[in-house]
Amino acid sequence: MATITPSTAEIVRRSGAVPGADYLLEVEGVRKAFPGVLALDDVSFRLKRGHVHALMGENGAGKSTLMKIIAGVYTPDAGSFRLKGQEIRLTSPLDALRYGIAMIHQELNLMNFMTVAENIWIRREPLNAFGFVRHDEMRRRTLALFEQLDIPLDPESEIRDLSVANRQMVEIAKAVSYDSDVLIMDEPTSALTEREVGHLFKIIRTLKSQGKGIIYITHKMNELFEIADEVSVFRDGKFVGEHAAADVTRDDIIREMVGREITQMFPKEIVPIGETVLSVRDLSLAGKFHGVSFDLRKGEILGLAGLVGSGRSNVAETLFGVTPATAGTILVDGRELAVRNPGTAMTAGMAFLTEDRKETGCFLLLDIMANMQIALLRGGYATAGFVREREIQTLCLQQKARLRIRTPDLEEPIINLSGGNQQKVLIARWLMLRPKILILDEPTRGIDVGAKAEIHKLITELAGQGVAVLMISSELPEVLGMSDRILVMHEGRMTGIVDRKDANQVAIMDLASQ
Amino acid sequence: MATDISSASPPASAETPVAGRRRLPPELSILGVMIGMMLLFEALGWIFVGQSFIANPLRLKIMILQESEIGIIAVGVTQTIIMAGIDLSSGSVVGMTAMIAASLAQAADAPHAVYPGLTGLNPIFPVAAGLLCGLAVGVVNGWLIAYTKIPPFIATLGMMVSARGVADWYTNGQPIGNLTDSFADIGAGWWPVIIFLGVAFIFHIALRYTRYGKFTYAIGANPLAARVSGINVERHIVLVYMFAGLLSGLCGVVHTARAISGQAGVGMGFELDAIAAAVIGGTSLSGGVGRMTGTVIGAVILGILTSGFTFLNVDAHYQEIIKGGVIIAAVVADQYRQRRRKSV
Ligand SMILES: Nc1ncnc2c1ncn2[C@@H]1O[C@H](COP(=O)(O)OP(=O)(O)OP(=O)(O)O)[C@@H](O)[C@H]1O
Ligand SMILES: [Mg+2]
Repeated sequence: MATITPSTAEIVRRSGAVPGADYLLEVEGVRKAFPGVLALDDVSFRLKRGHVHALMGENGAGKSTLMKIIAGVYTPDAGSFRLKGQEIRLTSPLDALRYGIAMIHQELNLMNFMTVAENIWIRREPLNAFGFVRHDEMRRRTLALFEQLDIPLDPESEIRDLSVANRQMVEIAKAVSYDSDVLIMDEPTSALTEREVGHLFKIIRTLKSQGKGIIYITHKMNELFEIADEVSVFRDGKFVGEHAAADVTRDDIIREMVGREITQMFPKEIVPIGETVLSVRDLSLAGKFHGVSFDLRKGEILGLAGLVGSGRSNVAETLFGVTPATAGTILVDGRELAVRNPGTAMTAGMAFLTEDRKETGCFLLLDIMANMQIALLRGGYATAGFVREREIQTLCLQQKARLRIRTPDLEEPIINLSGGNQQKVLIARWLMLRPKILILDEPTRGIDVGAKAEIHKLITELAGQGVAVLMISSELPEVLGMSDRILVMHEGRMTGIVDRKDANQVAIMDLASQ
Repeated sequence: MATDISSASPPASAETPVAGRRRLPPELSILGVMIGMMLLFEALGWIFVGQSFIANPLRLKIMILQESEIGIIAVGVTQTIIMAGIDLSSGSVVGMTAMIAASLAQAADAPHAVYPGLTGLNPIFPVAAGLLCGLAVGVVNGWLIAYTKIPPFIATLGMMVSARGVADWYTNGQPIGNLTDSFADIGAGWWPVIIFLGVAFIFHIALRYTRYGKFTYAIGANPLAARVSGINVERHIVLVYMFAGLLSGLCGVVHTARAISGQAGVGMGFELDAIAAAVIGGTSLSGGVGRMTGTVIGAVILGILTSGFTFLNVDAHYQEIIKGGVIIAAVVADQYRQRRRKSV
């Protein structure tokens, strides 16, 4: 059978004369092996026009790999692909875009030093007769796109000045701007708060009504039932089942995903709370937040809630010395501590899991072991400068088993791990330090349901051992389920601290938007 | 019906069990290139000049001695590159330290000595002076890069020009001769080679097994993440450039001792050869990747090229042209292999 070329497909697509077919996209018998890992084994998948099809599966199940194949990033070892009934064969992401398949990747792929508009229209810049970029036209198009999507961002701002959530919105706008038939979203909400998630869902519904097909990967169950029409479940690189979202329950899906029941989502235990370890008084960072004060006690989990841009991550970064405070005091164990860099914070017993694992977390070129041990090395595990490899390896292997990191061995470059497994490596990095104060910024970002419950259990256990935990999360259920108290912020101000017993969704949202 | 889109060669490792994976050291392929190149010159030698390339101990000795000097610098340059930096000043620092060391190593009977009061000194003094000057330049490089945040390329480019200026100014371009025998002994016989392999070994161990090495790779791979992991990034940058400067100084001392005279123009272009050795040896200019063993092999490959062309009586101009081409080819081949290995 003849395959159509991307350009033909594009002409047909633009003309609006869509060949009749039940399925927008049909994928059959896909196989993909990486050295040491069979990431996909005879997988099939179908996407209907005007439907949202969710993909679920544990970390490392092969979801992103399948999507990258569909978007032309990876070449599969075997498999057939039909777009609107026509055989297609993709050789590059550009090819996929021409066929009308766009993808929002799990990790952000924006150019930090370029503006929002430049990022969105890259390779498609409007040009004048001399081949120069028409910036005014580009700005106009960006504004039109943002108006359609209701995104309140300035097209001229540089990406590096935006929060992670806003960058994610730019990625979404960029993908939509291709006007493709198939839109793949790989965990688009992992960095978004409730409000932006609602916003995204509005966008998705519009796209749906235009007859586009959306593939949606998420680890958040509630999203699944809110937005998806169908759901396909993957386990260990194999397709397990496809269901209409209306016909299944949360527990059905989890059982299929992990092969066992997960009874308790937030295994919070109330542990005795000890004396204050961290006191923060009128902490400020010019231009970001001001007047933040709170106490954090032994065994306590303090949640930090607020909308995107409320300054939650800035507070964490300032506490840890990434961006030293411009005013205010930090007391650890009652003694004032001048936190000028992360080193001082770590010496005082703090650990900090950052929000953006690609930017400030992973050493992508280095292996898993190097990534895990790096924070540990500063304070020990070296004799006369020589790293005690054996001891550290034992520790790393313990963490690998404890967090169930899926990898053939510790010498694998971390870039080859799935997103969720990368996150686990970073969590391991900080747990290995045995900190007194643990600051977690979106700890379960990109982590599957099963592993999430385990990490929650781990956090609770740590609290039980007397660790003081400060946890930022955009997932309200997580904050509500895990915290003893919740500090809420709004636009760089603290709007209140709510006790566990008084906390509920409404109370928090009220404070977060006042 | 279905279009088969199996790639031409499915990865052979797909079927191998997970536990049975073995990683080959990345230097193996570059070692292969080195051996292949030697054999090629051997064959060309018999064809064009009727001689063996390899079976000529004198030629090999000259070649190895020459490359040892580049190699000593390359040990430092490799580390700056792993840290996502660069050191362009190394060649000029060789010239500068050569002059300084030579001026303190003149024999008691030297006519027109630079410092007539400081002749016939114990070689400790010129060596220490050369090393300290190199180290000081390295600290300045590192400080500029770490604290003023100017790009390493610019900082060390400026230093390259300035250090050469110091070398020329020192004696108004006059060479410094009549060095003591005890100083000249440092560059005699196999000493340059031993010193080169010695520092390469030390820093190989340092990179692989010490905290210093782990931090160097981490900063090269992601400076932001390194900072958040509690590494004092600025201090480490100064440290690495300091070692690079120290090694340039060492090269200056060794070269002066071997040549038994100090010349201001010495070391011109060494920095580029050192960078080439590192890159041929698999060090990535984008940082985070590289090994000392690769750099040693890279330096040897450069040596084989130079001495092979001389052996074949290739015109000097052609030599340069071909050498440039070979450097690029080696790097392209390496990139290609790495991409295949990543199997993406
Ligand atoms: N480039 C690569 N090289 C080697 N192995 C890889 C590569 N990409 C993915 N893998 C492996 O393939 C498997 C599937 O990974 P994939 O990223 O598709 O998982 P995922 O389902 O998206 O997980 P997550 O929910 O954590 O994002 C994992 O075991 C991963 O380690
Ligand atoms: Mg994924």
